Amino acid sequence: MFRTILIANRGEIACRIARTARRMGIETVAVFSDADANALHVKAADKALPIGAAPPRDSYLNIARIIEAARQSGAEAIHPGYGFLSENPAFADACAEAGIVFIGPPASAMRAMGSKAAAKTLMEASGVPLLPGYHGGNQDPEFLADQAVRIGFPVVIKAVAGGGGRGMRVVTDPADFAPALESAKQEGASSFGDDRVLIERYLQRPRHIEVQIFADTQGNAVHLFERDCSAQRRHQKVIEEAPAPGLSSLQREAMGAAAVAAAQAVGYTGAGTVEFVADEHGFFFLEMNTRLQVEHPVTEMITGFDLVEWQLRVAAGEPLPAMQQQIDLNGHAFEARIYAEDPARDFAPSIGRLGLFRMPEAADGVRIDTGFATGDAVSIHYDAMLAKLICYGPDRAAALQLLRRALAACDVSGVVTNLDLLGRIAAHPDFEAGGIDTGFIAREGATLLCGQSAPPAEVLAALALAELLTEAEQAAVTAAASGDPSSPWHASDGWWVNSVHRRTLDFKDGDDAHPVHVSRAGANWRLGIGEHLFTGFAARAANGETDIVLNGARQRLSVTRDGEIRAVRQDGETWRLRLLDPVAVSDDDEDGADRLIAAIPGQVTQVNVAVGDTVAKGQVLVVLEAMKTVFRLAAPADGVVASVTCAAGETVQEGQVLVTFGEA
Amino acid sequence: MLRSNLNTRSDEFAANAAAMRALTADLRTQVEAAERGGGDTARQRHLARGKLLPRERVAGLIDPGSPFLEFSQLAAHGLYGGDVPSAGIVTGIGRVQGQECVIVANDATVKGGTYFPVTVKKHLRAQEIARKNNLPCIYLVDSGGAFLPMQDEIFPDREHFGRIFFNQANMSAEGIPQIAVVMGSCTAGGAYVPAMSDESIIVRKQGTIFLGGPPLVQAATGEIVSAEDLGGADVHARTSGVVDHYARDDRHALAICRRIVSGLNRSKRPALALKPAAEPHYDPAELYGVIPGDVRNPYDVREVITRLVDGSEFDEFKRLYGTTLVCGFAHLYGMPIGIVANNGILFSESSLKGAHFIELCSQRNIPLLFLQNIAGFMVGRKYESGGIAKDGAKLVTAVSTTKVPKLTLIIGGSYGAGNYGMCGRAYDPRFLFMWPNARISVMGGEQAAGVLATVRGTFPSPEAEEAFKAPIKAQYETQGHPYYATARLWDDGIIDPADSRRVLGLALSAALNAPIEPTRFGVFRM
Repeated sequence: MFRTILIANRGEIACRIARTARRMGIETVAVFSDADANALHVKAADKALPIGAAPPRDSYLNIARIIEAARQSGAEAIHPGYGFLSENPAFADACAEAGIVFIGPPASAMRAMGSKAAAKTLMEASGVPLLPGYHGGNQDPEFLADQAVRIGFPVVIKAVAGGGGRGMRVVTDPADFAPALESAKQEGASSFGDDRVLIERYLQRPRHIEVQIFADTQGNAVHLFERDCSAQRRHQKVIEEAPAPGLSSLQREAMGAAAVAAAQAVGYTGAGTVEFVADEHGFFFLEMNTRLQVEHPVTEMITGFDLVEWQLRVAAGEPLPAMQQQIDLNGHAFEARIYAEDPARDFAPSIGRLGLFRMPEAADGVRIDTGFATGDAVSIHYDAMLAKLICYGPDRAAALQLLRRALAACDVSGVVTNLDLLGRIAAHPDFEAGGIDTGFIAREGATLLCGQSAPPAEVLAALALAELLTEAEQAAVTAAASGDPSSPWHASDGWWVNSVHRRTLDFKDGDDAHPVHVSRAGANWRLGIGEHLFTGFAARAANGETDIVLNGARQRLSVTRDGEIRAVRQDGETWRLRLLDPVAVSDDDEDGADRLIAAIPGQVTQVNVAVGDTVAKGQVLVVLEAMKTVFRLAAPADGVVASVTCAAGETVQEGQVLVTFGEA
Repeated sequence: MLRSNLNTRSDEFAANAAAMRALTADLRTQVEAAERGGGDTARQRHLARGKLLPRERVAGLIDPGSPFLEFSQLAAHGLYGGDVPSAGIVTGIGRVQGQECVIVANDATVKGGTYFPVTVKKHLRAQEIARKNNLPCIYLVDSGGAFLPMQDEIFPDREHFGRIFFNQANMSAEGIPQIAVVMGSCTAGGAYVPAMSDESIIVRKQGTIFLGGPPLVQAATGEIVSAEDLGGADVHARTSGVVDHYARDDRHALAICRRIVSGLNRSKRPALALKPAAEPHYDPAELYGVIPGDVRNPYDVREVITRLVDGSEFDEFKRLYGTTLVCGFAHLYGMPIGIVANNGILFSESSLKGAHFIELCSQRNIPLLFLQNIAGFMVGRKYESGGIAKDGAKLVTAVSTTKVPKLTLIIGGSYGAGNYGMCGRAYDPRFLFMWPNARISVMGGEQAAGVLATVRGTFPSPEAEEAFKAPIKAQYETQGHPYYATARLWDDGIIDPADSRRVLGLALSAALNAPIEPTRFGVFRM
């Protein structure tokens, strides 16, 4: 076994590899970019070396630097993790050249699987089922129609040179084939200058099922069952599970055998994943990933094996730790990927510092793989996956229940996450039933992506109480720093002589106002929210969280503040609202934004606007000449011109109104 | 610790508490009515113009959640036909950017924010509080100026309208910041409020400043001009320079005002030995049950003290001498305070003890709190010949000339020379508050009626004598009532006994903004 390995990756996978290596007594060397100097993966390793600037091409993709780091640290092997250089045969070659073991398949296997068309041909030869289709050169319509019948409807006609859905036609009824072919060819010709098409079986509701395989250098190859990764949003896996729901043991057997055959066809060693698309009619080879997959933990959970350990042993030349008959499938596991992205905004990545990063306690059946901690920055340079939440149970229902609870217990602030989406998927009846297809999230987008309506009164009440608590804490800090710390003027309970003073906390959700009216009632606050009335208070828990007591009921929440933003996660829903600062001084200086005034006397040389024009702040409206100087007078704010009280050629006095604005 | 001997489970306690609760409930009802200002219609009209109500302005100005020590909420109560609630002006002390400030806000919903005689008095009192306690002044101006039908009671005299600007000039001279926020009309004399201020803000399309408004201009010169063109924000922020800052709306103006205060470069440095505060051992709310329903019934004032001061700790001075006046040291929110409290009629001994105690506090720079519940000085040949007049004079001299901050709380009767010896309004306490059960007059109604009856001579029958006395007693009862007193600004407000600790603490803390000058007493007649 290796004494020292270098981990050429970052984030959760680097941490996860280091964990296994440490358990096996192997020294680990981390590499890091400038952005990651304080990252968790650096701390997780025994040694760490800088390899360059934040952009991946300057660091984690820089082969020369990584090889140099391995040499420098005396690492005998490099684990590439996933992504970055993990499927780059040139990197494997470079390792070999440097006399360092690349923990992964041979470069030749990577190359073989890298070319998708070549891979398919190879698979076909090895008896691995492919999606029925015709990829040949014969473009005779009659012939193609025959091929379609052979393939079986529905079929999809695709322009060979096509992409993005152009030149693509789905045909369900054989009678429609000829016209569809004609139009696909036309579109292909006009769009790509190539009217050739291919025909494939069209899977209406495909599932994504993949098989974990492992092969050693001694010619042994096994599979570790399948994973169902059908919960995808635009080809990105969101929740994975193992085993695939509804798969019979016969199907499992067949799929496993096909995957092993695929691996053996390319002389594979190490960990690999053979991906299939499947529907009720069968499963078909899609591609092979020649690396450890993100979602490998679900396989570890149901087999009880540590796949990184397997990788290390195989790379060190040892035989597979278990042969096929020793590999059993027990229970069910889910993995949810927590991303810093905003599902409501087309999954736009969310950048920021993690003010709060709370994952559930790791426990029996709950595993968290992450490379982040509170205070870390989520940068633009790297994958936005914050953590993987893995839940295991004796059966699917038990595992799913754990997953739902665990997702609800997560709380992340500073960035927008997909946590709510994950929770909604986990709670969806179709997902609960099992066997969803890859179109599930897109189809159910309306309910899954933006389930938020108005924030419930209880949420507003909790936010308000937390705010009042923070205000009191800040008042106490101010008091302590003052010359008269015990002065009753430091109080923050809003006391007025002989009167109950009511304040309004102005929460806003987009343009929707959600005012919370508060007044003090002894040790409690009274809160009025719409029709609702609450009495309660907040207290700071020892761990910094907030204990909210509302009408007697107590709950512990993490309420986070980030500028105007107040966020809280409750029952699996994240609520992010703005709280308007009642006493903030606005920076935008709109003094006299309703008129344009001549700053000095002069002659108007140009008037660029007329009544009714919409103008933008800064737009030049009037040009004035005075003292041999040209003055370009710009709109003081966005608005609509209400009147123009000057004309070109006119002489105006200082302070004279030239243009007035109305409400835009 | 000052132990309480009160049985909080007794019927008497319950009866006392019920009586006091009725009084405080009525107080809150009256204050609530006053807070509605000029009524719903006027309020709606005011709000419809995008303006905030005066107390909303105050709330938007002070630090969020911080207390507001509002003064004389029931000013003008029952005066002017009863329709000038709070005298049309909100005054008080609030914290702005951590700095205690006096805030004066006109209520334009009440007669257009015009000044009635008591309005002037309340404005001047707020300025006096600011000046005595070295507190920046913030004027939230929204006023049509003097209430013209009553000009003779508003304009000409020393303590009339002009005094407002005299005070502004002199406070400014003393380094006490004067800031005006013009949020509405600022007409005639009112125009001088922003003009006399160190720094001023105006709200566009709301604030106007002019010596003569459009009607007067038209009457005087025939010129027809709109209020906005005559003295609006653009005129004064751009052309005249009468104001320094231009605000989009009320909130913006208040925000600018806060910014100004944050830059005043002042810091409060109390020259007292402060301690950490402690709540009283006994609940201040028990004060309801302490005070007898009938003001003539005696009780031990220590039961009050122990429910006001930190940890109920009271270091009593000359406990065994002159026992009708209780004197001693305590702390209020960590601030040292010397307490002088009536526990019966004032005799020579109690007067001498009080004078001595005030000397001690003056020497030690310890502020004084007077808890007034006094029927007066003892009368009769024995006491006159014993020189009670000169002993009382010693107390009055000490009270008058000490320079330590004085706070007065009238917790019962405030009669005759007792009012003087116990730092009544004429003795310039920094703050004077009353409880709702208090009574104030030169003597009790009973005594006054008796004196007048005796002076008149003999009556044909007891019924005739009673018929003579009844209206006198009724008059004293009316005029001695705290509402009557507070309506006329004889105090700084009526407070709930349970709030006394907080009110006194806020007042005392505010008073510590001014350095304590050394005392030089007058001649004590020996």
